[in-house]
Parts: sequence; structure tokens; C-alpha cells
Amino acid sequence: MARLIVLGGGVAGHTAATFAADWLGRDHEVVVVTPNAKWNWIPSNIWVGVGQMSKEEVTFDLAPVYAKAKITYKQAKAVSLNPEGNTQSSTPYVSIEYTGQGKDGQIEEVTYDYLINATGPKLNFGATPGLGEGSTLGEHTVSVCTADHAVHAAHELQKCMEKMKAGERQKILVGTGHGMCTCQGAAFEYIFNIEHELRKAGLRDMADIKWISNEEFLGDFGMGGLHMSVGGYVVSSRIFTESLFAERGVDYIIGAHTSKVEKGKIEYELLDGSKGEEAFDFSMLIPPFAGVGLKAYDKGGDDITDAVFAPNGFMKVDADYTVKAYEQWKASDWPSTYQNPIYPNLFAAGIAFAPPHIISKPAKSPNGTVINPTPPRTGMPSGIIGKAVAKSICDLILKGKDAPLHQASMAHMGAACVASAGKGWLDGTAAAMTVYPVVPDYEKYPGTGRDTDYTFGEIGLAGHWIKHILHFMFIYKAKLKPFWKVIPE
Amino acid sequence: MAVKPEEFNFAKNDKFRTAMIPGKMARYLRTCKLWQFIRFIILNIKMLIVVSKSH
Ligand SMILES: Cc1cc2nc3c(=O)[nH]c(=O)nc-3n(C[C@H](O)[C@H](O)[C@H](O)COP(=O)(O)OP(=O)(O)OC[C@H]3O[C@@H](n4cnc5c(N)ncnc54)[C@H](O)[C@@H]3O)c2cc1C
Repeated sequence: MARLIVLGGGVAGHTAATFAADWLGRDHEVVVVTPNAKWNWIPSNIWVGVGQMSKEEVTFDLAPVYAKAKITYKQAKAVSLNPEGNTQSSTPYVSIEYTGQGKDGQIEEVTYDYLINATGPKLNFGATPGLGEGSTLGEHTVSVCTADHAVHAAHELQKCMEKMKAGERQKILVGTGHGMCTCQGAAFEYIFNIEHELRKAGLRDMADIKWISNEEFLGDFGMGGLHMSVGGYVVSSRIFTESLFAERGVDYIIGAHTSKVEKGKIEYELLDGSKGEEAFDFSMLIPPFAGVGLKAYDKGGDDITDAVFAPNGFMKVDADYTVKAYEQWKASDWPSTYQNPIYPNLFAAGIAFAPPHIISKPAKSPNGTVINPTPPRTGMPSGIIGKAVAKSICDLILKGKDAPLHQASMAHMGAACVASAGKGWLDGTAAAMTVYPVVPDYEKYPGTGRDTDYTFGEIGLAGHWIKHILHFMFIYKAKLKPFWKVIPE
Repeated sequence: MAVKPEEFNFAKNDKFRTAMIPGKMARYLRTCKLWQFIRFIILNIKMLIVVSKSH
């Protein structure tokens, strides 16, 4: 009997574990190690953050789902990997620390035959002074990255709206809390959902709403922007994003590294090296992401973290990590099997894998401050990668060690993304977008790097309907309800 | 005379001077139920094509 351990019960890990349990059947064991008791459909946290959904609507208990799928569930966080075992045994194992199930704080070593690291990001609030400590959100701003953060954000927004009702004008600042953030899409959704809610409440005139982002241009989204065919033209996402900001009266600061956060004020540096300050009454700033800080040790107990993980804490896989100039970046630099180059029974999926480089054009201020978005790994690629990695491991277990690995390179994969700009079955809007491929391939598509037949976007009510239907569909799928397997990632 | 929404935005912020602004028709179509139902079907088909190319 083989044992597969999946670290992380988020989008990638849950997809990998549930498919692997289904494909492997009762003869093998799938173990999920994840610190959370609940699964969270993170994209809908935006609606929780504006008080339009409750935490209960975007989360559910993992234990009954894993019991149904015959998955061993350990509510714990992984601390370190021993991929060679130790001096007593060569069996690889992972050390975990329980966070629930009545065993809080207990340490356990769990051996494995195969392991998938799908631990997602550490929300690195501590990278910006004042934004928070380590992975803990500070007191000056709010976040929508977890369901609990979003509940808190909604509460603070409500207070801000009460002040507007009392005639007090409010400044709202939303965007990125560091020069090397990703996930601009989430902040984009949040700012336009706030704007929509204020309009609905008749308070729009009482608020100055401002966007601050590390993107070099509006609509970069960490993907270097995208070009889509519209009305016979191939148009940059910048044009449409700028248009939405203008239409909704949302001012912006771009190419900005948020360097410090204080009560009611941030300091920032721009790409031209100049520095500035921005006051706010309510602010949601996305933190930069890092790996969750897993350690790795060899058989003798020596620290090999640097060999297994990149400096940002994400796990090294089959990518080309050679440092090279932007002009030399290639689609083939991106990983396709997500297998660790040193330990072939170790894989990463979703945000947990180390990208070879960013996707947007790298940029620095004259002071040497790096101000560019890091690459997004959104839900669809995370799910597809999780499933591909699970398939590879199941084949290695069921067909033998020579079975070919499945591939899911972000340079050969598209992504469908629906960015909410306001919730409402009759008056909501969302930008529905697809990009193909996610990572531009300038050898294949020398113009825009992407196939303009499959890269498009438009804003409207239909996008909102899709976004809301996806909310129900993905929660249904994650609960493993009938026919869950036919719902694509 | 009522000010058109697009005029309002241009005046409000200098950064918007070169921005493309949706006109009356584009804004109407965005939440027109019948048109959006058609777009819903089309968008789903387009997305499914990209999804199927990616699995
Ligand atoms: C507010 C917001 C809105 C978003 N909206 C969209 C959207 O509309 N569309 C879209 O495609 N994407 C969206 N995303 C991105 C999407 O949520 C991510 O792409 C996706 O969650 C990544 O999946 P993952 O499994 O890699 O990480 P996660 O889903 O974050 O899962 C990681 C899991 O690992 C667990 N973990 C952490 N540390 C450890 C440890 N030490 N040991 C074991 N487990 C650990 C975590 O608890 C978590 O369960 C959004 C993100 C945010 C923050």
C-alpha cells in the first residue's frame, strides 16, 4: 500500500487529494495535512468583504467531506520535510504540528511514498512595516485574503459607511501593500465592489476612492496585461481597465511600492524614484506572498531547505531557474510536471511551486526598489496543476515508476477569470476574461505572446451571473456532491 | 441641461483625459437582461473552449 500526503487543503491540494483518492481506491492511502477545519471558496471572500455574503456561505467543514472520500485528514500544519528519512530509516517523512482535532500543538512524523506540497501562500504582511507582523494582519488596514479577514473588512467598511451617512467624507484606498505583490485582481474586485455598494447606498458622493498598485500600467494584473480582439482591433487590457476607472470615478496611483503603513496613512515610492504619502480612512492592501516556510533536512539532519525551496520559500520544481534577462525569458522556462528535481516523489501544485521568473516586465526604481507584480497563479491553473500532479502520482503508484508524468504548463494552459465589479442578479457586473496561454509565448505568438482567438474580455451582467454560478458550482464540486468530477477545474 | 456621465468623468480627474469612456449604448447593453442573456451563452461557450484546451 502506498501513501500519498497532500500538504494544504486549498484549491490545488483539495483537487489533488480528492481526485487521487478516487483514482487510487481503497488499496492506497491519501492523507491531507491542512491547518484549517474549513474549506474556503476564496474568490467569494470579496462579497463577504462588502457584507454581501456571510462566512458560512463561502466555507464548509472539511472533516465530513474527507470522511466520505476515505481521505485521512490531519488538521495540522506541515513544519518540515525529511525527504531522505533519518539515520534510523530511509523512509521519507513530514513533520506536522496539529492545529485542531483536540491535539493542538502535538508534533507527529508522517511517512510518505509521495508528497504534494500545495500549501499556497504565506500572507506576508510583515514585509511592509505597519501592514502586519509575519502572516498576521496589522491594525491599520483590512484584508480579504481569508474568510475571517473578509468578515472583519465588512465590519470596518460598515463603520466607514455609517460615518458617510453622518455626513463625514471618507477616503478609501485599495490595492497592493508592497512593490512585489501579486493578486491585483482580488484588490481590483474589492475596490469596484465597494464602489458599487456605495452607489447602491446613495453614498458614492461621500467617498474618494483610490487605487494603489505595483503594476506599471492599469490592467497588468501580474500577467504583463493581455491583448484581446475587440471591434476588429487588438486592444490592450490597459485601455479597458483605464476606461472602467474613469467611468466609475476611481483615481489611481500605479508603479508604487507601499513602503510603510501607519494609522490613516501610507508611504510609497514610485517607479521614477519619487516618494509620496496617501491618507485614508479605510484601506484594504493585499500583502505580498511568500512560501509558508517549510524546512527540509537530509538523512543526517543537515538543513537542505535552500536546495528544495527557492529563496522566496516556494518549492523548486522542473522549471528553468537560470537567472536571465527579460528578453531571454521563454515559455519553456515554466514547469510542466511540477516534480522536484532532487526528490522525484516530491511535487508542488498551485501557488506553492516556485515560478522561474515573473511574467510582467521587471521594473526597478532608480533607488533600486523592485516594483513589479509577481506572477499570479489563479484558481483554474491551481486546480488543473493539482489534478495533473495527482494523475502523475496515481500512475506512478498504479502503473509503475516508469509511467510518464502528466503535464500542465502555464505556458500551454489558458485561464478563465471572472472579476466582479459589483454584486447583484439584476445590476451586478463582472469582467469575464480568458487568456491563452497564461504565460505569454513569444516564440509561438510573436506579437502579443498570446492567441488572440482565445484571449478576450468583456464587462457586463452576464459576467456577474457566471461568477455567481461558479461560486455555487465550485463549492458543490469541493463537497464531492454527485457528478463532482465532471465539473472542470 | 443634464451633464452626460462621460463629461463628468473627464472633468473629474486629469488622468482620465485620454481614457476610453463607454457611451450610453454600451452602458445600457451591459445590464440589458436580454442582451446579457445572449452574452451569457456566448461567454460560456468561449470559456468552455479555453477550459477544454487547457485540460
Ligand atoms: C481575495 C482573493 C480573491 C481571489 N479571486 C480569485 C478569482 O476570482 N479567480 C481565481 O481564479 N482566483 C482567485 N484568487 C486566487 C485563488 O484563490 C488562488 O489561486 C488559489 O486559492 C490558489 O490555490 P492554492 O491551493 O495554491 O492555495 P490556497 O487555496 O491558498 O490553499 C493553500 C492551503 O494550504 C494550507 N496551508 C498553509 N500552510 C500550510 C502548512 N504549513 N501545512 C499544510 N497546509 C498549509 C492553507 O491553510 C490552505 O488550505 C483569489 C485570491 C484572493 C486572495
